[in-house]
Amino acid sequence: MTVISDPLMHPTKRPRRLFKNLMAKLASIPMILTAVVVFVGGTAWTVLYSFTGSRMLPKTNWVGLDQYERLWSSDRWIISITNLGIYGSCSLVLTLVIGFSLAACLDRKIRFESAFRSIFLYPFALSFVVTGLAWQWILNPDFGLQSVVRGWGWESFVFNPLNDANTVIYGLLIAGLWQGTGLIMCIMLAGLRGIDEDIWKATRVDGIGTIKTYIVVIIPMMRPVFITSLVLIASGIIKLYDLVVAQTGGGPGLASEVPAKYVIEYMFRAQNLGQGFAASTMMLCSVVVIMIPWAYLEFGGRKRG
Amino acid sequence: MADITPGLSDGPRGPKPKKAFSRANIILYGTLIMVSIYYLLPLYVMIMTSLKGMPEIRMGNVFGPPMEITFEPWVKAWSQACTGINCDGLSRGFGNSVRILIPSVLLSITIASVNGYALSNWKFKGSEVFFTILIIGAFIPYQTMLYPIVILLRELGLMGSIGGLVLVHTIFGMPILTLLFRNYFASIPQELFKAARVDGAGFWQIYFQIMLPMALPIFVVAIILQVTGIWNDFLFGVIYTKPATYPMTVQLNNIVNSVQGIKEYNVNMAATLLTGLVPLIIYFASGKLFVRGIAAGAVKG
Repeated sequence: MTVISDPLMHPTKRPRRLFKNLMAKLASIPMILTAVVVFVGGTAWTVLYSFTGSRMLPKTNWVGLDQYERLWSSDRWIISITNLGIYGSCSLVLTLVIGFSLAACLDRKIRFESAFRSIFLYPFALSFVVTGLAWQWILNPDFGLQSVVRGWGWESFVFNPLNDANTVIYGLLIAGLWQGTGLIMCIMLAGLRGIDEDIWKATRVDGIGTIKTYIVVIIPMMRPVFITSLVLIASGIIKLYDLVVAQTGGGPGLASEVPAKYVIEYMFRAQNLGQGFAASTMMLCSVVVIMIPWAYLEFGGRKRG
Repeated sequence: MADITPGLSDGPRGPKPKKAFSRANIILYGTLIMVSIYYLLPLYVMIMTSLKGMPEIRMGNVFGPPMEITFEPWVKAWSQACTGINCDGLSRGFGNSVRILIPSVLLSITIASVNGYALSNWKFKGSEVFFTILIIGAFIPYQTMLYPIVILLRELGLMGSIGGLVLVHTIFGMPILTLLFRNYFASIPQELFKAARVDGAGFWQIYFQIMLPMALPIFVVAIILQVTGIWNDFLFGVIYTKPATYPMTVQLNNIVNSVQGIKEYNVNMAATLLTGLVPLIIYFASGKLFVRGIAAGAVKG
């Protein structure tokens, strides 16, 4: 596209190149615009404006790294990052463990497999808002799980994560796992189905137990499936927003704030655009940090076809 | 193992028939049933709560079935629940969501299918570069692109309107859908395409007469993917629309999490169920195709 050939040397080359596959190029204009203007242009614009002191409207009064300094000295941002770290690491480990365990259970040639699969997967069809509101109700201290268990006679039972600043993030985790593990189970199940039956026969001959076979033989074989799952879970965690808004609204106090919510609050409510841009640039950085090793693992060894 | 004595060496040689109630099986099914309860509990509780009256909810057990079934909360959630000053219930949000959903699904799938077709059969210089950018774009957090899109929509005069949100859904649905269609069209034998070229068919003719009829299954997958995705969207709805055009998820959140008035938990749960109903129906009606859709979504990148 950018090659400019000498018009005297090749008088017909340039127009022919431009008009070759003309219809395909015209039809791809929406894609090209999306890729270049929105994805590249938009991201670059946000990164660029994170170095300005924009408040209500974007302005080009450069302030260097001021926004970032303010960001990292803000308690709210530190809480957000910490929360995301706790939620993220728990969610990553638990989703992988639960997803794989459920898939392994379903792969044991059981009856009613499709019924179980439907049950584990249906929450994934629901939105985070619905998920958050449903669990908000179940975890309601006055009417939900806590009051029911107390009604059974265990008067001192306490299970009130949504109103306790120290445990609220685990309340979110319960709901998040409920919504998301089904997908990972499905992917893992597809991976397990792709494993040769002969492997199982071979391990049986060698007298290796079922659980040991999974850990020593099957999981290493499913490395690509695990990496795909990891990337999926990680990119979902960074986007965590709707669930928090619906289930806790970031409360109690600021105890369940997350970075995505921080960005939106500063951009659209606190009218402090520069802060929002700086925070979203930090989110972008974290994705880059995750993506580069993955891209290296995925495409580094062999050339991309 | 069946004991093998020299005298009985011509006895049954096949595997021992499995006992239905072996210890391993009890553990396996026990675990699965316990986990199923965790997954089904919220749905069950929502349905039960939405069918109870408020006095019964105050008395007690969220897990108990209603003593007296009432559909009043559903009616109230649909037509009377309040968000701020509007008290016309979720029906408004439902209408908005439908008006957002239909054009978004049509537009995004049309564009993405043409993209996928061009990318697999009509490669041009740079086409792979744009496609790679598109796929990388799917991993960029939306937050970094939110404000530039606000500017874009303001310039186009679409900020706050349903048209603007349709455009946003088309943009953010494009990476995954394009990938879906590109992979599908690439799996169609090239000979078919070449034969049509030899016969003198052009870009659109091949698309409409050969590719489109062959791609119907993938269109169904794409529709499932988009309908559930767009219906469940909250972030774009809350940012790019105004109260009059809020989609159902945003309105639901505003109804349930509003601070004024007494909390009517039964109405809230009825409203939540109403919002979840569309994707749930699609999920249970589409069965395997839904799984295929998300599996296609899962292997992005």
